Amino acid sequence: MALITYREALRTALDEEILRDENVVVIGEEVAQYNGAYKVTEGLWAAHGDTRLVDTPISEAGFVGMGIGAAMLGLRPVIELMFWSFAYVAFDQIVNNAGCVRYMSGGLLNVPIVIRGPANGGTNVGATHSHTPENLLANMPGLKVVAPATAYDAKGLLKTSIRDNDPVMFMENTLLYGEKWDVPDTEYLIPLGQADIKRAGSDVSLIAHGRAVITCLKAAELLVAEHDIDAEVVDLRSIRPLDEETVLNSVRKTHRAVVVEEGKPFCGIGAQMASMIQEKAFDDLDAPIGRVASLDAPAIYSPPLEKRQLPDPQRVIEKVLRLS
Amino acid sequence: MQTVLQSPGESRSTINDHLTKADKIRLLRDMYRIRRFEQTSLKYYNLGRMGGFLHLYSGQEAVAVGTISLLNENDHVITAYRDHGHALAAGMSMNECMAELFGKATGCSKGKGGSMHFFAPDKRYWGGHGIVGGQTPLGAGIAYALKYKRIPGCCLCYLGDGAINQGAFHEALNLAALFQLPVIYIIENNGYSMGTSQKRSSAYKGSLAERAEAYNMAWDVFLGEDLYEVRNRTNIAIERARKTQQPTLLEIQTYRYYGHSVADANAKKYRTSEEIEDYKSNHDPLQIFAKALLDEEVLTDADIQEIDKAAKEEANAAVAFAEESPLPQESDILADVYWEVDNQTDAAKNGSYFFNT
Repeated sequence: MALITYREALRTALDEEILRDENVVVIGEEVAQYNGAYKVTEGLWAAHGDTRLVDTPISEAGFVGMGIGAAMLGLRPVIELMFWSFAYVAFDQIVNNAGCVRYMSGGLLNVPIVIRGPANGGTNVGATHSHTPENLLANMPGLKVVAPATAYDAKGLLKTSIRDNDPVMFMENTLLYGEKWDVPDTEYLIPLGQADIKRAGSDVSLIAHGRAVITCLKAAELLVAEHDIDAEVVDLRSIRPLDEETVLNSVRKTHRAVVVEEGKPFCGIGAQMASMIQEKAFDDLDAPIGRVASLDAPAIYSPPLEKRQLPDPQRVIEKVLRLS
Repeated sequence: MQTVLQSPGESRSTINDHLTKADKIRLLRDMYRIRRFEQTSLKYYNLGRMGGFLHLYSGQEAVAVGTISLLNENDHVITAYRDHGHALAAGMSMNECMAELFGKATGCSKGKGGSMHFFAPDKRYWGGHGIVGGQTPLGAGIAYALKYKRIPGCCLCYLGDGAINQGAFHEALNLAALFQLPVIYIIENNGYSMGTSQKRSSAYKGSLAERAEAYNMAWDVFLGEDLYEVRNRTNIAIERARKTQQPTLLEIQTYRYYGHSVADANAKKYRTSEEIEDYKSNHDPLQIFAKALLDEEVLTDADIQEIDKAAKEEANAAVAFAEESPLPQESDILADVYWEVDNQTDAAKNGSYFFNT
């Protein structure tokens, strides 16, 4: 075991997969000579050279589409978006080309591409740079959506995503890049579609993905210390495919559920979870399903207020307390 | 007609000198097959046997047949939604194409793609793309993969004159030139982006292809009615791509006899009947090539009639095949979404992929 950052975990995953498969190529803005806008790819260009680490112009529709075309011919491009917010200028390429060409060809082709980068608010960069599109993309059959919360998950899920034969939208978080977790020194993979119980508990299920998992873990500590409520934290890890059974088993055990996300509430991941839980575990519920999401406006710039806009442990705790 | 960034003498290709009599007959036959396939599909579209759009290629046949006839096993094709001609020229059968139009399980895309989304990766034909200009970055990507794998091939990426104003196209041109990718963008300029003429939709100096100058990319512009000329000029770009991995932007001037699609309600309002008739009478690629082959004594009028008859019969047989073919099953709706699920891999064993209510 080594204590490494989320950023280092991603880098190690890329490094290992570049070495493992000659078809893996990392493409994006500033990924090579600049060493990555957020230093995720630091050192990889020096280690692997121009063929495997490719700097692009600021041209997301162009290089995302180029990656999709290359993937159709068998390359495994890992496309870095400096921010997932920038995917919106490449939306046609992602949705129609990565997401639909397999279907429209009757299964004659597939697109083994990973598109990755940070998808989070909380860094005071205003609405344009703070989008969390996991719900938008998970709404598109044909795409897979992954959002790791820890360094351990980031590494294992990225390696699996690169080996996956379908397009995987991999959502990271700049606020987690510098956080450290224990990660094994030996190789491991984490399957997509497998949620993880980050904290076992008996009184309420906190269901989250990405950094909201960390928020839930903090809330759980406070809930047990201050209110004697033992919360279970379920980390979805992957949104699509979705591990419904782990979520439902947790709710069947705790009989209460609060879904927490950093995205906006309308048609959010929490809405999908609430619908699924009430349909499949209605009789197990002792209270209505609670939801905590970002406050329903574009991301505000003002630093103290942006903290209030995103879910924090206090809002999770308040929601839990109102359930019972 | 202008050609830039070419060494002296490069504008003369000897590619047509190598054509045998059989080759020439095959080229004419392929154009007739496209013409008759589409006219037959139009008949059955109007009879209500297919849904959606039908973007017909009639009038442009020499472009697809001429350019694709130059390709070898290392070369690839990708196009937009007016894709029937390229599909047949790339070697797809009338049966699978007609069945796709009829929405049948035997269609090239199992009835999941429709007219705009024909695919045949085994023939290195990568679609069939519905969003204007959306295929142009993919064409760069196919060329990128060829170069990455050190395969000495190229990708022909077709688009219409309306697509040249899409941002994705300009991004693709920049990437192709910047990374030196063996892709040849072929603007099939039929003069109208749907109902808007070239002059009302594009700002340009001498030609649309001249925009390549801004990317320091080779370009050429020429008429698409003479199959020999199409092959001659396109081959220069293909050789450039194969040998030097350099991209080219070609503008091939052509004309479509029908509206933007069959659903084009104003098809006869933005163009005069005289204009359409002039092209049909004086610039028809089938007639021009047939005449060339008559003049060369490669074949006779009777031979041409036989080729035409065979094309009609093949199209009618394709209709019969499509009519008799089964529809996709309702369970097929959820297949071909994810590779891992379709192939029942270990990766697909975890979690839910579909969320039906």
